[in-house]
Amino acid sequence: MQKPKKVLVLGSGSLKIGEAGEFDYSGSQCLKALREEGIETILVNPNIATIQTSEGMADKIYFLPVTPYFVEKVIEKEKPDGIMLSFGGQTALNCGVALADSGVFDKHNVKVLGTQIDAIKNTEDRELFVKKLTEINLKVPESEAVNSVEQAAEAARKLKYPVMLRVAYALGGQGSGVALNEEELINKAKRAFAYSSQVLVEKYLGGWKEVEYEVVRDAYDNCITVCNMENFDPMGIHTGESIVVAPSQTLTNNEYHKLREISIKVIRHLGIVGECNIQFALDPNSEDYRIIEVNARLSRSSALASKATGYPLAFVAAKLALGYSLIELENMITKVTKSCFEPALDYIVVKIPRWDLQKFKYVSFEIGSEMKSVGEVMAIGRKFEEAIQKAIRMLGINLHGLVGNNLKFEDVERELSKPTDKRILAIAEAIKNDISIDSIHELTKIDRWFLYKIKNVVETEKELLKFDINNIPRELIKLAKQQGFSDFQIAKLLFKGSNSSMEDKLIQVRNLRKQHKILPVVKQIDTLAAEYPAKTNYLYLTYNGEEDDIEASNQNSIIVLGSGAYRIGSSVEFDWCCVNAVFALKKLGYSATMINCNPETVSTDYDVCDKLYFEELSFERVLDIYEKEKPLGIIVSMGGQIPNNLAMRLYRQDVKILGTNPLSIDSAENRHKFSAKLDSLNIDQPEWIEAKSIEEAHKFAENVEYPVLIRPSYVLSGAAMGIASDKKELEQYLQKASDVSKEHPVVVSKFITDAKEIEIDAVAQNGNVVIYAISEHIENAGVHSGDATMVLPPQYTYLETVRKIKETTKQIAKSLKISGPFNIQYIAKDNQIKVIECNLRASRSFPFVSKVTKYNFIDMATKAMLGIDIKGKYNTLDLDYVGVKAPQFSFSRLHGADPVLSVEMASTGEVACLGNDLNEAFLKSLLSVGFIMPNSNVLLSTGPVKSKAYLLESIRKLAEMGFKLYATEGTAKFLEQSEIKTTILHWPLGKKEPNALTYLQERKIDLVINIPKSLEEEELTNDYLIRRRAVDFNIPLLTNAQITKLFIESIYKKKIEELEVKSWGEY
Amino acid sequence: MDRDRDVNLILENGYEFKGFSFGAEHSVSGEIVFSTGMVGYPESLTDPSYKGQILVLTYPLIGNYGVPGKDIENNLLRNFESDKIQVQALVISDYSFEYSHWNAKKSLAEWLKEENIPAIYGIDTRKLTKLLREKGAMLGKIVFDEDIGFYDPNIVDVVKEVTIKEPIIYNENDGNKKIVVVDCGIKNNIIRNLIKRNLTVIRVPYDYDFLRQFFDGLIISNGPGDPKMCKETIHNIGRAMKHNIPTFGICLGNQLMALAADGDTYKLKYGHRSQNQPCILNGTKRCFITTQNHGFAVDMKSLSDEWQEFFVNANDGTNEGIRHKTKPFFSIQFHAESTPGPYDTEFLFDEFVKMLK
Repeated sequence: MQKPKKVLVLGSGSLKIGEAGEFDYSGSQCLKALREEGIETILVNPNIATIQTSEGMADKIYFLPVTPYFVEKVIEKEKPDGIMLSFGGQTALNCGVALADSGVFDKHNVKVLGTQIDAIKNTEDRELFVKKLTEINLKVPESEAVNSVEQAAEAARKLKYPVMLRVAYALGGQGSGVALNEEELINKAKRAFAYSSQVLVEKYLGGWKEVEYEVVRDAYDNCITVCNMENFDPMGIHTGESIVVAPSQTLTNNEYHKLREISIKVIRHLGIVGECNIQFALDPNSEDYRIIEVNARLSRSSALASKATGYPLAFVAAKLALGYSLIELENMITKVTKSCFEPALDYIVVKIPRWDLQKFKYVSFEIGSEMKSVGEVMAIGRKFEEAIQKAIRMLGINLHGLVGNNLKFEDVERELSKPTDKRILAIAEAIKNDISIDSIHELTKIDRWFLYKIKNVVETEKELLKFDINNIPRELIKLAKQQGFSDFQIAKLLFKGSNSSMEDKLIQVRNLRKQHKILPVVKQIDTLAAEYPAKTNYLYLTYNGEEDDIEASNQNSIIVLGSGAYRIGSSVEFDWCCVNAVFALKKLGYSATMINCNPETVSTDYDVCDKLYFEELSFERVLDIYEKEKPLGIIVSMGGQIPNNLAMRLYRQDVKILGTNPLSIDSAENRHKFSAKLDSLNIDQPEWIEAKSIEEAHKFAENVEYPVLIRPSYVLSGAAMGIASDKKELEQYLQKASDVSKEHPVVVSKFITDAKEIEIDAVAQNGNVVIYAISEHIENAGVHSGDATMVLPPQYTYLETVRKIKETTKQIAKSLKISGPFNIQYIAKDNQIKVIECNLRASRSFPFVSKVTKYNFIDMATKAMLGIDIKGKYNTLDLDYVGVKAPQFSFSRLHGADPVLSVEMASTGEVACLGNDLNEAFLKSLLSVGFIMPNSNVLLSTGPVKSKAYLLESIRKLAEMGFKLYATEGTAKFLEQSEIKTTILHWPLGKKEPNALTYLQERKIDLVINIPKSLEEEELTNDYLIRRRAVDFNIPLLTNAQITKLFIESIYKKKIEELEVKSWGEY
Repeated sequence: MDRDRDVNLILENGYEFKGFSFGAEHSVSGEIVFSTGMVGYPESLTDPSYKGQILVLTYPLIGNYGVPGKDIENNLLRNFESDKIQVQALVISDYSFEYSHWNAKKSLAEWLKEENIPAIYGIDTRKLTKLLREKGAMLGKIVFDEDIGFYDPNIVDVVKEVTIKEPIIYNENDGNKKIVVVDCGIKNNIIRNLIKRNLTVIRVPYDYDFLRQFFDGLIISNGPGDPKMCKETIHNIGRAMKHNIPTFGICLGNQLMALAADGDTYKLKYGHRSQNQPCILNGTKRCFITTQNHGFAVDMKSLSDEWQEFFVNANDGTNEGIRHKTKPFFSIQFHAESTPGPYDTEFLFDEFVKMLK
């Protein structure tokens, strides 16, 4: 075995729908595995918020786009002798295939480690794939690979409708869909060909069971299947959109092992070394099967399988790629057995996807063959009922389990047959409405076994309703807890409609069950179902057991609360904060205990913390663990808003919260209190009121003059936020806001137009600010900070403004006696600043500021909370380079969603790049989020006169650079006056040719600049149609005036070839 | 609330586990063993190697896909490993009262009751498993109305209870090679595997003097209990070896072959019962995932130089098979016939066929 000396690892870039945090986990494990071998590691990944791009993970880190161009540059510079392609999702795989095809690896003598390019192609190219599997007499769905819409229609006629369209080399089922007839097929095929030149038309297997296997093979032909998983939602719904259980529940021994054997045949025949995922369709009425797909790389499913079993798939896959055999690697969990085995589970795992569809305008809530979910949670239990109820709560969308929610379905049966993100709850509702299990099965095709289990929960709910807190039998409480009911659910059912606060009631239930000694027990995940003693501290809680596996309490332990499901507004950046807090605690000699429920994270990796509870981040569960662990304290400020929201509730139960006092957190979160505080400190803020009625809000708005901003307290990522420019919009938003947060007031404030937004991320100790970083937004205020392009250090902000921000921040920190991380957002206009938000926790931008300034803010914040002196001089303003953080949107996956920026956050991920100046860093980050540089044709509609004027000189530059300009009527006329020649394209609703839509559809446009105009309905529709068509046809789109200006300035000044290839350490 | 009858599982060291009954309701006793396989309860429950044992399944959710019908193929039940449930009793955590599968004919509870086998759910099977792991295999009993003593299947000749009484011939065909299969409690899939390879199977009782007839090869089957109880079988295997008859032993068959070759066996602390045991083909880097169900093992050191270790357990280094250096004898401790479990080592039947002249 000849090990490489220097290995290049490709990351997956920004988080997007279909490619999310799981690749931080797999990349990090890969790097660990390589470093353990003494191999020098180079990482290319522009996702600055990941753990893999942290100090000490790789020897050199390049915050550059994972594209053939830049990766080749890195190869030329670093001269690695090996490359890993399977740890960075589809992005890395596609990049690797392109580099291999263009001969780059051969030219530079770079060896592809693990699965070879040929094998990758055999899995990615649908035609080759089908051919390959047919060679060994395995069954794939009848299908035909086609290269045009006409061919697709013909293939569909032959196969007979319904058919499924699949796109080669695509991610998360992008562009795929079911077509019931020719019209649907033609529409879908057109869109599919926007992503790839090859499309597969396939016999649709809707209703078959969907089963996956995670298979591992070493270079000596040893094969194991680490895990199998069964989709609760049968074929027709993408596995990323499905509820998934592990191991399979409704398969017999024959079925399980038949598919297992086929999996092994496939991995051998394809010659995969490392890990792959195989998806099967299994006939629900026989043992007939079809192989749907093989992913020759680490995947979302493999991350899930890894967390579900405790088997470190990515770590092992990396070692196998170096040439180890499975029997040479020890079982990292037991430390006494080997990696060559198949985990035996003694629990059930349930994964549920997390969607955020309500954040988008016009988007469809139906789920299907394309992925729309943005994250997922995983729950562990010893009953299906227990696990699924836990999982539903873990989603963090105010659901309490299968029952006990305030949800109404207008048409339950429709909800069953046309699934949306709420189908699981509709099933419970249907059972409650006495719809038979057989009918539900007919409508959903979900296996009856799952439905019966849901029925058990509904039955218990009925039973609970018969009692109250004084007469409920002990056995019923126990049964309910064993079926995963929370204290809240039980309280709600026992107290019926009574009016006192739920908090008191659930505490009463909690006390009652503690009196009855109904307590959860701690169980280990040990990969061998207790057959061998395990050293693992990978834990979960269950009521289906009698004894704890481990001695829980540890005198020196500190609990860090994780961030839960990735969602819009809270993703890998908070995991970075949690992991860094854990590292800091470990370095200081504490035993770090993590609570989190997200299988995509690094914080839930087997060797990151001293103890991991894969559990709900709920008040009840955190208290359960706190009472068992008896830690020194809990850190609530690293995992974003979920743990932050628990601070006060835990504090009231005498839980020791480390860092800033929860009373201070409350006075920053509660707008009323916070505003009063600012007033008392004489700090300016936009005028606001607490709106109790629409009239009151309207009166206020008239007073301060529209537009106004509406926002509920205690929410993250601007859920239900909006800017209203008239009374009608105000009414709409207030309605939406009241749905989100009932217990906290809705705030209406004056919205200041044309202002800059500036953020400060800082760490204070005992009220003194120790370190801070000031970043400015490129976009004017009005774009959510999570969607904004951030620049550090600020390039456009006056020194006077910076000074004022510093001073004001110090005042606030002192007044709130902050100890730990915090973030304040300001708006600045004419050197006047106003505070718009303050969070006494780590913010989304902490990894960005930490990595750009090279001071680990989280490490310092953790020390600050523990009372370790961190005073010092830290320079964060005067840097010789610039960092730019750019958002990643996933609009293309959200059918119908309007791809425009607003106060409601819409991006799913982010990247950040460094450059010698703003233009360089900006272009790199833009390329990193998949922006394709335009070659010639640009379509302009530059919005209101103000932005038309603002962009005039920029557009002149575009013309000067030789771009051919197209414009909609108004814009064309405006430009003509300034002697810029354009070709007019008519508005979509004008139905006249040449029409903007036609040009987009025919892909005659390389770049769309569409600045939203007024909010008048027709024009909005016109603009919307252009924006949406651009997204659907994968054409770059700019919708913000400031970004457009910076973009044109940047390409005017810099060519792509001039962007420097420098590692983080070189800045 | 409707409740099933409370019932206790009592261990010989006095530990008690409280659960609910979902099988037949009569007191029963046996050796308590755990299996970590996640699928295949119809196969496991009918595996004669479990004779005399109370089986604990560590996978908590059981009964999900019901129990298949009694279809017959080649004179054997297609979906089961013998004609009846062999375990003394079944112990699990969570029973699925409602099942769902196209192939199911009845629920697990109905089947258990039909065959008069007690069963308990609601047990912390993980706690029980850890106890067995730490203290070693133990006797236990399930007590309903009448208390009973502890029954130890390892000190009696349990094989006698599971072997057939008279020889049976399967797949009789003049052109086929003839295989004598010594039934020490054989699983049907061993026979199915031989039939699949066009062999005529002469299944004989464990103490049958098979050398009185002509045949091409010999299979020593799996089975329950302490191998040293099968004196007659060991004696007969020894005689067959003298005739250089190609012989393939499986599980108990491995131990019996070792004993016939003057080797020794010993009782493992709590045995191997699972579908995920890694076995290394000795001297290579090849490793196979196997199904296992045994409480005794071969002491490799006790065998003469003529024998070599065939497979070894990657986890604990115990013997997983032996092979004669020059003669056509080999045996394995795991179940090449699987059911339940992975099919990875089914090729050993082909190896056996190759040895037949």
